[in-house]
Amino acid sequence: MRNPLADKVVDIKPSGIRKFFDVVSEMKDAISLGVGEPNFDTPWHIREEGIGSLQKGKTYYTSNAGLKELKTEICNYISRTQNIQYDAITEVLVTVGGSEAIDMGLRAMINPGDEVLIPQPSYVSYEPCAILAGAKPVIINLKAENEFRLTAQELEEAITEKTKILILPFPNNPTGAIMERSDLEAIREVILKHDIYVMSDEIYSELTYKGKHVSIASLPGMQERTILINGFSKAYAMTGWRLGYACGPKNIIGQMTKIHQFAIMCAPTTSQYAAVEALKNGDPDVEMMRNEYNQRRRFLMNAFREMKLECFEPYGAFYVFPCIKEFGMTSDEFATRFLEEEKVAAVPGTAFGDCGEGFLRISYAYSLERLKEAMERMARFVNKLREEQK
Amino acid sequence: MREELLALIEKNSRLGINEIAVLLGKDEISVANEIAALEAEGVICGYATLINWEKTNVDKVTALIEVRVTPQRGQGFDSIAERILQYPEVQSVYLISGGYDLMLILEGKTLKEVSNFVSYKLSTLESVLSTATHFILKKYKDFGTVFNSNNEDEREMIV
Repeated sequence: MRNPLADKVVDIKPSGIRKFFDVVSEMKDAISLGVGEPNFDTPWHIREEGIGSLQKGKTYYTSNAGLKELKTEICNYISRTQNIQYDAITEVLVTVGGSEAIDMGLRAMINPGDEVLIPQPSYVSYEPCAILAGAKPVIINLKAENEFRLTAQELEEAITEKTKILILPFPNNPTGAIMERSDLEAIREVILKHDIYVMSDEIYSELTYKGKHVSIASLPGMQERTILINGFSKAYAMTGWRLGYACGPKNIIGQMTKIHQFAIMCAPTTSQYAAVEALKNGDPDVEMMRNEYNQRRRFLMNAFREMKLECFEPYGAFYVFPCIKEFGMTSDEFATRFLEEEKVAAVPGTAFGDCGEGFLRISYAYSLERLKEAMERMARFVNKLREEQK
Repeated sequence: MREELLALIEKNSRLGINEIAVLLGKDEISVANEIAALEAEGVICGYATLINWEKTNVDKVTALIEVRVTPQRGQGFDSIAERILQYPEVQSVYLISGGYDLMLILEGKTLKEVSNFVSYKLSTLESVLSTATHFILKKYKDFGTVFNSNNEDEREMIV
């Protein structure tokens, strides 16, 4: 029989995040710090809108690009948070999570051999999606000494004649790094100089703890070369609703909508109705969750300081990325022993790129009680490793 | 810091000064001073514990009592409310808008104790016109906390 599979797909490595976690669910008293989704339920008024739409029989497809009302609310939201104006009819596509927007965007823009710049450590889907779209992924290794921000120099060095798109994943999963206005202004020069496009994945934009998030699309000359991707999962604790969106130039959104139309039809209708409510009345919920995440972030940073573990202070998302290089182990070894000996599961930094070696991703999308217990175990573990080294 | 501090300890009054300081990103001295000020100003009135008594062997009966009263000249409802709140079995006294005037929350050991209170103490007060007593059969949620909730983490590792 012939091989039924596509080499391009088979060659893609499976995600490294899962590895430990099948073990965790079997293990008694194990604490997972691995999950990358909010620990809050979707606020009730948002759920209620979803339920209400079902009761009213709103069970049909929406138009391909999404409910007009939702697209309008998305434009209002971006206008009030970033002061960027998009046309709701032609410049917005509602997608099945931010993930779909990433995939559609790359598929719409890539010609064979085009290079896509992917700063790492970063979320695991950019590289596979770029490969599937026919691009050559080019990795930029971000550095701890820059707080894992992308510098103009790093960008300049990675650009070739074939570079077409820069993926800009900030606030960042897994490092928690953010790009402030001055950081964005620095890379903007390079982007304009080389005439490349930006796919800005801003799914964690509401979760920043040092001033408000700035979108690169809001900088002069950037809106026409940026696909802004965002969604409802992280800001409104709506992961299971699978809803995101892309905003960008009409010609790109138009082609993305074409693929979306053929592959997906439209994003889930119930979710779209709920999302309208989220954008209209969800600001207080976002603020409540942001405050709580921020408290946990401070708690973890303090715990690391007390155990004298090196960790740059992250100002975004809900991850901290401590450095474990002092123990002379790989991230994988550290995570494995941490799980075996203290029953705490965290994700090795290498799951997010080779340059994540020597780091650990710890999610604080967990209750403070859980984090306290985990940090007690971590302090014990770190002390034990230091004893062993003597 | 005031509002964030209050929101934090309203949900968990057992947090130590040092923990509060870490969570709010403030130093311990300013947190301690702020709490002392809040106590002095009567903003913080006490530190209670939320108990689900149904899970203990202690028998308790809680009743909500609606009370209609005659307001008194020059004092409105304050005088009668202040009289009623003196009874130790009365947990809460609220002035309410709508069909009646005061709402009491009463705790007793038995039904009889509660009904005795209503018949002999409350109803006999001069300005009390009528009462309606509702016994609480089961508490599902109290002070923002769901009793008997399933706290299991159902989130899966997906990528």
